[in-house]
This record gives sequence, C-alpha cells and structure tokens, in this order.
Amino acid sequence: MSDLALPEKPAAASGRRPWLSLTGRFALALAATIIAVAVFGPWLTPHDPNAMDLTARLDGPSAAHWLGTDHLGRDILSRLFVGARVSLGSVAVTLSLILALGIGIGGAAGFLGGRTDQVIMRCADVFLTFPTLVLALFMVGMLGTGLVNVVIAIALSHWAWYARIVRGIVLSLKHRDFILASRLAGTGRLRIFWTHLLPATMSQLVVLATLDIGHIMLHVSGLSFLGLGIAAPTAEWGVMLNDARQFVWTEPHLMIWPGLALFISVMAFNLLGDAIRDRLDPHLRMEHAH
Amino acid sequence: MTSRCLEISGLTVRTMCDGRERELVSGVDLALEGGEVLALVGASGSGKSMTCAAALDVLPPGTWRAGGTVELDGQVRTAREVRGAYVATILQNPRSAFNPVRTMRSHAHETLRALGMGRSGRNARVEAAMIDAGLEDVPRILALHPFEMSGGMLQRMMVALALMSEAPFLFADEPTTDLDLIVQREILDLLERLKKTRGLGILLVTHDMGVVARLADRVAVMDAGRIVETGPVMDVFHRPAHPTTRRLVDAHLSLYPTLSPAEPAT
Repeated sequence: MSDLALPEKPAAASGRRPWLSLTGRFALALAATIIAVAVFGPWLTPHDPNAMDLTARLDGPSAAHWLGTDHLGRDILSRLFVGARVSLGSVAVTLSLILALGIGIGGAAGFLGGRTDQVIMRCADVFLTFPTLVLALFMVGMLGTGLVNVVIAIALSHWAWYARIVRGIVLSLKHRDFILASRLAGTGRLRIFWTHLLPATMSQLVVLATLDIGHIMLHVSGLSFLGLGIAAPTAEWGVMLNDARQFVWTEPHLMIWPGLALFISVMAFNLLGDAIRDRLDPHLRMEHAH
Repeated sequence: MTSRCLEISGLTVRTMCDGRERELVSGVDLALEGGEVLALVGASGSGKSMTCAAALDVLPPGTWRAGGTVELDGQVRTAREVRGAYVATILQNPRSAFNPVRTMRSHAHETLRALGMGRSGRNARVEAAMIDAGLEDVPRILALHPFEMSGGMLQRMMVALALMSEAPFLFADEPTTDLDLIVQREILDLLERLKKTRGLGILLVTHDMGVVARLADRVAVMDAGRIVETGPVMDVFHRPAHPTTRRLVDAHLSLYPTLSPAEPAT
C-alpha cells in the first residue's frame, strides 16, 4: 500500500478483478469436482457399489476400503460416488422441470396480464404459502413414493418462486418502447418473449437455480431418508443415511460420510450461487468497485 | 406499390375513467396515398398518437379500439396483417426503441424474420436499407449496441429498419421531437427523399408546425379526439378554418415571428 495511491487506483485495480471472488472460485472448483464425480462415478469406483461382502461388515477405513464398509459389507466410497450421480441427476431433472414450469407459467401470467395473470398468480400464492418440504411431502403422499414422484413433487412445490420472478421481470419490461417497436415491426408474441423478455430474466434465474441446487438435493435426500423417494438398495446419500441410522451409536462413521458428502455439495452450490449473485447484481458490483 | 391507398375509417378508442367509459378518439377518418406526406397535427392530448396506435392495435393498457377499420386498396385488413408488412413505424424516442442489450444486427434480423423472410438475401436488404437511410458504414454499425450510437444514428437506424420491411406506408410518431436541430433537419431531409424515391406514404404525427410546413402535402388537424380540419398544407396555413387550427398556426408564428409559414426553417 503506497501513501501516494491516487483515487483512481482502486478503480483501475478492480478492472482486473477476476470474474468470481476467491470463495466463488473455490466453490466452482468444488462443484465442478462433484459434478465430475457424478458423471464419471461408475468408472471411478474402486468396488461395485452394490457388491455385498458379509465377511467384511462394518469395517473401518482400510487400504481396500478407504472409507470402510457398511452393514452389508458394501464399499462406502463407491456408494458415495454412485450416490452423487443419483442426487445430482435428480436435481438436474427437477430443476429443468421447475425452470420450464416457472418460465412458462410466469411468462404467460406477465405477458398476457389481466384475468389470466390474476388466476395464475393466486394459484402461485397458494403454493408459496406452504413450506416446500411440507408441500412436497403432501404431494408424495398423493402421488405415491418413488424417485419420479419425488421429482414431480419437488418441482410442483418450487415452480411458484420462479414464476413470480419471471412474471415480475416481464411486467417491468413489457411496456418498454423497444417491445412496442418489436410489435410494430410485426413480431409475434412468442418471438418477443423469446428474444427480448426471457434473456432479461436469465441472470436472476441462474442465481436462484444455483442456490436451489443444494436445497433440492436436501429435499431428494430427505425424502429418500424417510423412505419416500429412492428405494433401499440404490446407492443414494439419503438412503445411506437411513441405512446407517440403526448403527448411529456403534458405527457413527456410517452416518458421517454421506452426511459430509451432502454438506459439502450443498455448501459448494450455495457459495457458488452467492458468488454469481454478487457478480450479476450491478448494485453489489458497484459497491465492490468503490 | 406506389399506387396503394391506406384508409382508416371510423376509428374510435375508449377507456374507463371513474367507472364511466370515455371516448379518446371519436370516429377518425384518414386516407393516405403512396408518395404523399399527411401530417396529423394537434395539441398534446388531442389523440394523434392514440390514432396511430389504434390503427395498428398497439394501444396502451386500459384503452381499447371500440370501432373502426383499416383498409388497404379497398380491402379490410386486421392490425396483425398490417403491422410491419404494410405499415412500418418510427417511434419518437430512438434511444428507448432499441433493446439495450442487443446489437443492430440482431434488430435488423428480427425485423426481417417478422416478415417471414428467410436467411438468404437478408444481408443484401439490410445493407441497401441502411445505405438508403444514410448509414454508410454498414458492417461497423451492425455490430454496435444502442448505447454506442448517437440519437441521430439510432433514428436513422429506425428509419432503416422501416425501409427493410419494404412496407409501402410509414407512421412517424413525432420522429424528430427528441433530436437536436441539426439531426432533426437531416431526418426530415431523409424522410422527404424516401417519399420521392421509394414512393412511401408517410403519416407524420407532430405538433411542430415547422415540420409540417417543411414536409407535409396535406394536413389533418385533431382536437379532442376528432379530426376538425383536413386540407392541403398551404390552405391550412393561410386560411385556417377551424379555431384549433388557427390557434396552432398562431402559436407557431408567435414563437417564430420572423419566419413566414411558406418557408420555415427546421
């Protein structure tokens, strides 16, 4: 730090600031690793995640089984790797479904306006009233258990947040002159939505979606833990937690590993979402620059 | 294309005000020929812009078209058919009429796509229209965003977009109000040239009688949502029949006392 530092200096330095903060880059690296494990998991596993070896039940960490084995002698590390795939895969499908619903419904409400908007948003309000996990539990209760129903239930309990954001942005833009100009040039409504309105919602949706990855992951694992989602033999972190429950006093490490995997994944995606939000919000960016 | 005729008849716009319906535009009739400039003048709030918006069915929320037809060469057309394909529009404020995050190229392609034009031949048409509108350095300008351009350039680009559509008619809603005098003059010159070379029929909405005298062939005067007087520009200036017209001309002359209405500056 020089005493002669001119007022311009910090601004000039901020120009070379990396796109993401240090925490953000750390979170990005962590999230990328988790995604890589999810994608390449089956080729990385040292053992078959479902191969039982009843002679090696509840072993501690060893050279053969780095994180030990569970109550059926299955390799925990392998099961964690494969579990990442199930968890992240279901999160990806759920998020796609939520985005499709949110953009479609919120866009229609904002763009069509009037009574359509009123009806849609009052429906959304109903969904916004309940805590998402309670709503998801209720829907699984109606739809029945299983991964597909869990995905549908979580998507149905989350779309309203996305719809509300999309609607708000569409409402704020739809009477702007450039939309009018576009209509006057003969562009159809769908095309206007696609080229002018949807891109404007993206920065907020990306932030919300990234922050929700961890949240949804906990929902999937939570419902699986309760025995409502993924069934027992499948390697999934919530299922592993549930399996380990009976040994929580004698073999606590069985619970620690899947718990830690969940914790690290959720944290990575939350930190990443925070960092992206800080980056994409122009007001916050201004504060950093000064 | 030059012999086309656009006829608006019985155009009525209503709105709800304090629980009662109020008429903002009442039974407006206008006829616009190819190759002429019809100026629609009137004080602020007289319903000039509302008339244009109603003819193309892009009225602001809370108002609606309660009656009226738009005919092209004697055939009734819906607003959806007319927009873009038969009537191109230039808006008042060029700075807000472009999506701030999209380039000129993206806007040009959007305009052509709206007309159902395929990818082939687009570039040639874009270039021709832009050169016609006085934007010579086509490739450089196409790569620009709105914030990188001046108001005059943006207004030229808006004219170029209108030309790209090859629509026979042009609605220009206060096309020079937000521009400085030099650029105003350039845009008016441009419109006049396009009227002659392309045979455009231009409906010019304005409250600036200087612009009217400069550009218009005929004038329609609006007051409180009605057309109160229509006629050739010289007649309206020299022998205004309706009190509203007289007030508009007088107001102009009192602001620019040294200029005779026959040869006004812009």
